[in-house]
Amino acid sequence: MSYLQLLGLVAPETIVVITALVVLGLDLLILREQPLRHRFWMGAAFAAFGCVLAAAWLLFINSPTHPAGEVSGALPLLRGMFVDDGLVRLVKVALLGLTVFTIAISMESSFTGHVGEYLALILLATVGMMFLVSAEDILMIFISLELTSLSLYILTAFNKRNVKSAEAALKYFLFGGMSAAFTLFGLSLVYGLSGSTGLREIAAKLEQPALDPLLVAAIVMTVIGFGFKVAAVPFHLWAPDAYQGAPTPSAAFIASGSKVASFFVFAKVMMLGFAHAGGSGSWHAYAPGWLPVLAVVAVASMLLGNLAAIAQSNVKRLLAYSAIAHGGYALLGILANGPSGVTSLVYYVVTYGLTVLGAFGVVGLVEERAGEARISDFAGLGRREPLLAFCMMIFMLSLAGIPPLAGFFGKFYVFTAAVGGAKDLGLLWLVIFAIAMSAVSLYYYLQVLKQIYVVPVSAESGSLGAPISSRIVLAVIAFGVVALGCAPDFLVGRLLAAIKLAAL
Amino acid sequence: MLAWTVYISFIGVLVLMLLPAGRARLARIVALLAALIGLGIALAAIFQREPDAGIETITQRAWIPGLGINYFLAVDGISLTLAVLTGVAAVVGILFSWNVEHRVKEFFAFYLALIGGVYGVFLSFDLFLLFVFYELAIIPKYFLIAIWGSTNKEYGAMKLALYSFVGSAMVLIGIVAAYVVSGAKTMNLVELAQYSFPASFQHWAFPLVFVGFAILAGLWPFHTWAPTGHVAAPTAASMLLAGVVMKLGAYGALRVAMTLFPEGLAEWRYAIGLLAVIGIVYGATVALIQKDFKFVIGYSSVSHMGFVLLGLVTINTIGLSGAVLQMFSHGIIAGLLFGVVGRMVYDRTHTRDLPLLEGLGLGRALPFAAGTFAVAGFASMGLPGFSGFAAEFQVLLGAWQAFPTFAVLAGFGILVGIAYTLRVLQKAFFNEAVPSPEAQAHPLPPISVPERLGAVILLGATLIIGIYPNLLLDLIGPSFSSHLFDRLLREGRPF
Repeated sequence: MSYLQLLGLVAPETIVVITALVVLGLDLLILREQPLRHRFWMGAAFAAFGCVLAAAWLLFINSPTHPAGEVSGALPLLRGMFVDDGLVRLVKVALLGLTVFTIAISMESSFTGHVGEYLALILLATVGMMFLVSAEDILMIFISLELTSLSLYILTAFNKRNVKSAEAALKYFLFGGMSAAFTLFGLSLVYGLSGSTGLREIAAKLEQPALDPLLVAAIVMTVIGFGFKVAAVPFHLWAPDAYQGAPTPSAAFIASGSKVASFFVFAKVMMLGFAHAGGSGSWHAYAPGWLPVLAVVAVASMLLGNLAAIAQSNVKRLLAYSAIAHGGYALLGILANGPSGVTSLVYYVVTYGLTVLGAFGVVGLVEERAGEARISDFAGLGRREPLLAFCMMIFMLSLAGIPPLAGFFGKFYVFTAAVGGAKDLGLLWLVIFAIAMSAVSLYYYLQVLKQIYVVPVSAESGSLGAPISSRIVLAVIAFGVVALGCAPDFLVGRLLAAIKLAAL
Repeated sequence: MLAWTVYISFIGVLVLMLLPAGRARLARIVALLAALIGLGIALAAIFQREPDAGIETITQRAWIPGLGINYFLAVDGISLTLAVLTGVAAVVGILFSWNVEHRVKEFFAFYLALIGGVYGVFLSFDLFLLFVFYELAIIPKYFLIAIWGSTNKEYGAMKLALYSFVGSAMVLIGIVAAYVVSGAKTMNLVELAQYSFPASFQHWAFPLVFVGFAILAGLWPFHTWAPTGHVAAPTAASMLLAGVVMKLGAYGALRVAMTLFPEGLAEWRYAIGLLAVIGIVYGATVALIQKDFKFVIGYSSVSHMGFVLLGLVTINTIGLSGAVLQMFSHGIIAGLLFGVVGRMVYDRTHTRDLPLLEGLGLGRALPFAAGTFAVAGFASMGLPGFSGFAAEFQVLLGAWQAFPTFAVLAGFGILVGIAYTLRVLQKAFFNEAVPSPEAQAHPLPPISVPERLGAVILLGATLIIGIYPNLLLDLIGPSFSSHLFDRLLREGRPF
């Protein structure tokens, strides 16, 4: 295989990297003297164009028609470091879409003057995520993870005028550094046990009935590492502060794109790499392995996320705790440990990412006007801003899991996969718990909606004066949430077709 | 065609949302039109229906083929009866809220969204679709009460929303588990109903799903949302809550829980029958001592819905048809009672306190309201000639065959029902109190035309069904011979 062919395989990533560099250069060299809004518009347009180009490449050019196993088999140079199949492509397209929306909701922000750097970092983080979903090799996974994380740390700290932003970034960075250490330690143990870095080879080497204590340590370390990334309890402590302190678009990106990629690779590492060390998390049929570990983490996330969210008075923090809870639901997809688990997980995190992106978009607009995003700042939004309020209602109800919105089908699909994933309804206890917690969650989402629609408008608060572009973007996102909920087959059908071909 | 009852409601929602602000009259007319068209379609469907048509498919197309989920709307006699009820309740509810002036557009948008969801539930024969419509109805209810309600509205609204959501969460667990256990990769209700679920599974799945639905039907002891919700809700919403939303619960319990898990039903029917009877007697007794006029009607709803649930667990055709007829009948009568209390009385006197109402001499001030309430009260008591009699009599007959003790106890509940109805009639309307001079100086506004129209429609419905119940029973009875109920009627009874 020639380098040209290789370059063809990583063309989408290359496109995004080049876009990042061009955006950086453009802003430094040409747009410096322009007004901020103008710079943001130009840079964002260019960055979005690059993402769309990469997505178009993924969708229309060279789509692999043969199973993934053959692709990696056909790439001796890469040895499964980089996998390109239909499923991976779909996830990448979703990631690029989320990136475009993130860029779109940051277009009108004024928290930074470093437009080029900001956009370039978003794009670089996206590249990291794209590599992350492609990787089936622990070294590669770690490198991509770090590329993503480092970009996200800086994005969190981007509002230099706000001390909270710096504090949030520092917390995020310290926790993230710790988690990277755990991940690396876990992965090095895995390498020591198996003598290989490819996930499939690792699984083949570790195929033994009894669990090696070292392997147990490796599993726990890896779960801790990824648990930090997806903000699962008890590794969630950074999330509320980071979400609250970070500039809103950055927080939205952390909650959406980075979640999608992290969950996907988390699922891959567990299902592929530790394929024979799953154990069982079934009721009365416990067996050691990563499944029971994840089950505990999922239960803790759902419990703490939902209960703590009830007590929040700041909507960004509320969304952070709700993100923790949603991480718990998404873990059920990994626990399903099979193809339907993966498809449901991808559907879930992608639609969740879209929804939470929209929610942060609205929160950002309110925050810009009110200075903060307390729940009471949303009072009477239904009268002041009918369109934005309606979008927010869609996002909140989707997060709560009300049909016909995307969040409902996501939950339904994940729950169905988890119940079907273990023998004799073994995981039903977990699903019952999840559904019960989901009923709790309606309470705090309704609290926000109550402020928006029920509480009367106070005299001094008028319209938010949100720019027309933000309104359009949020309306488009809201439409996407409704459309994906009403016609889930648009995504599910493609995912099912892709996973049939993929060798996961 | 019948599918358009759902679509027209949601089209109405869209039109209302796009309407310019401040056009209250137009909003009312749009809402009324949408509701009228829905009712018209439902009535037309009744007249077109052949008596032994079984389950008629309205539309069926693949929705999420990967999971075997279809967009499958169909109709049998039971659905049709309840669709007509929904249509009637929707039209009358709009007539009774003609005087809403606060955020009119939004009011009717939420109202029609609720109606659309309710039609959807009654017409869905795909389990997933049914559940989607069922949950869809939760949110409009919340806003209708929280924004336009009275007494303790935010509490009542949140309580109702959470109760509904917890109920539907229980249902969801059962649905997901049933889907996986059957392994058939289908959500089609008729197909799932043919599958024999393992007895051990039905043992816990049945009570979970049944109670999940029955929470909304006011099953004692999960009924507490009903009185507070009814009281807090604006008139039209309490008419819908009592009129159709509580029927959603009973309908779901019959259509899903009972048809899918008949063996589970056989195990649990005595327990549920007992709860239903307790609900009948308890609701009636508590209604007897209420001070708030609306609470009386709220608790009476719990009592009358007990008859529905009791009828369901008799599992003989008489009892089951009686239960469905009672759903219709109570929908009409409760709508009427709430209309009188909420719209005709409360909107004029601004009090629902019975001792206060006693001093107003409403019988003379609002003769139309008094007359309507008297007739509705007779219907509610179960006087022959009204739909309530036909329905509750059937339920009691069915219950007598299945469990005589419960039938006797339920009969006692009817007696208490007569007592509380006469009590409120006497207290609120027909007392000898002479209105104070102050009250005479400010006469109450007369009953408006829309109110009269609404009351006449409901009175007409209860009279027609009361005099000739076979109009509906001929629709309902044959429905139980369709495949959907094969297993229920075969395995539901242990003897």
